[in-house]
Amino acid sequence: MMAYIARRLFYAIPILIGVNLITFVLFFMVNSPDDMARAQLGAKQTTPAMIETWKAERGYDKPLFFNNEAPGLVKFSDTLFVEESLKLFVFDFGRSDSGRDIGADILERMWPSLQIALPTFAIGLITTITLALLIVLFRGTALDTSAMVIAVMIMSISGLFYIIAGQVLFSKILNWVPISGYEPGWAGVKFVILPVLIGVFAGLGAGTRWYRSIFLEEINRDYVRTARAKGLSEIKVLFKHVLPNGMLPILTGVVVVIPSLFMGSLIMESFFGIPGLGSYTIDAINAQDFAIVKAMVFFGAVLYIIGLILTDISYTIFDPRVRLS
Amino acid sequence: MMWVWLWTDIMIWLLVVSLGLWGWTISRSPQVKAQWIAIFRSKIAMTSAIVLLMYVSIALLDSLHFRLALPDQPVGEKVQYQGQTLSVLDWVFDEIRGKVERTYSAPFALKEHSSSIIKTDDGQIKQIALDLTHAGSHLAAAEDRNQDILLKSLWAIFVAWVLSKLFISLHIYWRARVAKISWRQQAGLVLKGKTELPWRTAYLTFSIGLIVLAWLYHLGHYYHVLGTDKVGGDVLYQSFKSVRTGVLIGVLTTLVMLPLALILGISAGLFRGWIDDVIQYLYTTLNSIPGILLIAAAVLVMQTMIMNNPDWFETATERADIRLLVLVLILGLTSWTGLCRLLRAETLKISQVEYVTAARAFGVSRFKIIGRHILPNVMHIVLIAVVLDFSALVLAEAVLSYVGVGVDPTMHSWGNMINQARLEMAREPMVWWSLLSAFIFMFILVLAANLFSDRVQRVLDPKNN
Repeated sequence: MMAYIARRLFYAIPILIGVNLITFVLFFMVNSPDDMARAQLGAKQTTPAMIETWKAERGYDKPLFFNNEAPGLVKFSDTLFVEESLKLFVFDFGRSDSGRDIGADILERMWPSLQIALPTFAIGLITTITLALLIVLFRGTALDTSAMVIAVMIMSISGLFYIIAGQVLFSKILNWVPISGYEPGWAGVKFVILPVLIGVFAGLGAGTRWYRSIFLEEINRDYVRTARAKGLSEIKVLFKHVLPNGMLPILTGVVVVIPSLFMGSLIMESFFGIPGLGSYTIDAINAQDFAIVKAMVFFGAVLYIIGLILTDISYTIFDPRVRLS
Repeated sequence: MMWVWLWTDIMIWLLVVSLGLWGWTISRSPQVKAQWIAIFRSKIAMTSAIVLLMYVSIALLDSLHFRLALPDQPVGEKVQYQGQTLSVLDWVFDEIRGKVERTYSAPFALKEHSSSIIKTDDGQIKQIALDLTHAGSHLAAAEDRNQDILLKSLWAIFVAWVLSKLFISLHIYWRARVAKISWRQQAGLVLKGKTELPWRTAYLTFSIGLIVLAWLYHLGHYYHVLGTDKVGGDVLYQSFKSVRTGVLIGVLTTLVMLPLALILGISAGLFRGWIDDVIQYLYTTLNSIPGILLIAAAVLVMQTMIMNNPDWFETATERADIRLLVLVLILGLTSWTGLCRLLRAETLKISQVEYVTAARAFGVSRFKIIGRHILPNVMHIVLIAVVLDFSALVLAEAVLSYVGVGVDPTMHSWGNMINQARLEMAREPMVWWSLLSAFIFMFILVLAANLFSDRVQRVLDPKNN
């Protein structure tokens, strides 16, 4: 098991180098450091000397991929690409354009993101599975059909509408919860309720449909017929036999997103004024702060790869037929 | 008048032509034709298809651009053109487009939404809501409004009803000719709902759609049916203009994504070895970057490029169009991975099947094997992916515009409308009509696409049979 995980982590390195290469090409080749300097310094009367000092301050004054002046293999290593990538690999994200330490910012902003994302994920998973089981219990009836129609309708509405409508209804008209804001810990519950509820509701349509199809697949299996032949009630069949077996594809399917919960949700956080990583990213995009966007791309890729490894591990835990090798 | 072909116009019309050719080729293959008939046998699928077709027609009308010549030019010299690029849809909405008010006004309102302070003739200062310049200017008194709306609605509905009956009769006549029965027999079959395809439902949807469009259009000439925005622009016109943006992003992205996914997916599955490794590495890498961040990064870079080179574009429309095109390219380049993985797996499976092994043993070339055996057998996956992606892309446009990496802010789009609505909802009293219009226009399109894709999936996916 440990050997397997170690190997998977080793495989992740070329992928992360690829991710770096993509962001590097995007940010440095299309926009040369000179362009960035000019955009940052703003004014038209920037002198070449000003650009040089700006570049030197940020360490952008090295060649991109190939350093002709250096001896031997250092020709390749003493370049901007290698330097930038190496820094990312030890999670040294450098400083943002406003001069703040990005690594520290990410560590600090991870928790507010999690405070929204984790309850949304957990409550959403439980509700959708319960609903899907109920719908499967009434399969083939009018309830099933109408539930599926409603599910498609929920899927067809943009998440932005749920947020805006939710804020207007619950915060502006009914005045139940504050419209936006954040406080850490239990004091912040009043700020968390609405985004979590909206997040759960918006995911209801797609989730219910997916889980329903998984349970319906299970319900035609032989073991279900055997359970019914034993004389078990339909509810017992569903909860004792179909649910545990259906959980296998569901769990392995959702494990991959768990690490990504740290990233938070872009629109949710910016609408509700939550100082998490999602609003951090959006602010960076709006301010055109490339250093932050680059750091978030790398961070997101790392979390995704961890998610993939967790998925494989979860197979061995939940499905005894699978052995990692 | 001078026709202007924007890049996205050319792409969408090329797509229409190639879809036509594709339709013609599949109409000669009995199996594929049977599949499509099976799809359309469902009433929901038929209804959604007609709704989708209406949206696409509006988008196509909006994809024929021209520039008008400047008036009063001396004869014989080189003709000068207006700087503004118009589309056929603009021309259809010419009068509605021109009815610009001062600021916000509610749907069917005769007065402005917010009150302004004015000085009356006798020197008093009053705070009242001013009358709108255009809406209801034909009315003698404000009290006549409801009666006027009713009469005009009835007129619009009547005309649309007659018009739809005309089209339907023509279609029944054509179907009767094809089936070699009399017009009367065919009409009877339709009324009883006994036709092979649910034509009765189709006609009903068509009539309702036409009536709604005619009603909006006719009343739009006298009132602001969906209100006006901050600078007094008609929201109805904006909603219709946004149709093109939504449809184009949904459709053209597929055009970019498909060749990539097809070529890479099939070659990975067929050639295996190092080609497979490289392609797998490529899509794992792309997949591991959070989609919206990759898009945002690419769009940011493009924005800086456009900003650094302002002399690339002649008109603002061209610049907005290039931005749309690049957005479509970026969306396409970031979204091929899912389909590619599916295609690779399917190709791996198919290339093990005996008839493919046999074909290879007979010395049939790789490319002929792809064309003859693999492509036709993965077509259902491609089709399901395309229709599923469409609705996701329409929804994504709104989110991207909100994040600030969507289409050009000057371009009409539902995303931009929602983005503005966010501030409008905070006003007192609330300005809700822009948001509601964008919501309704988007919801109908996405719902139709989702329902249609459901049916396509049910019919084409072999797992369901």
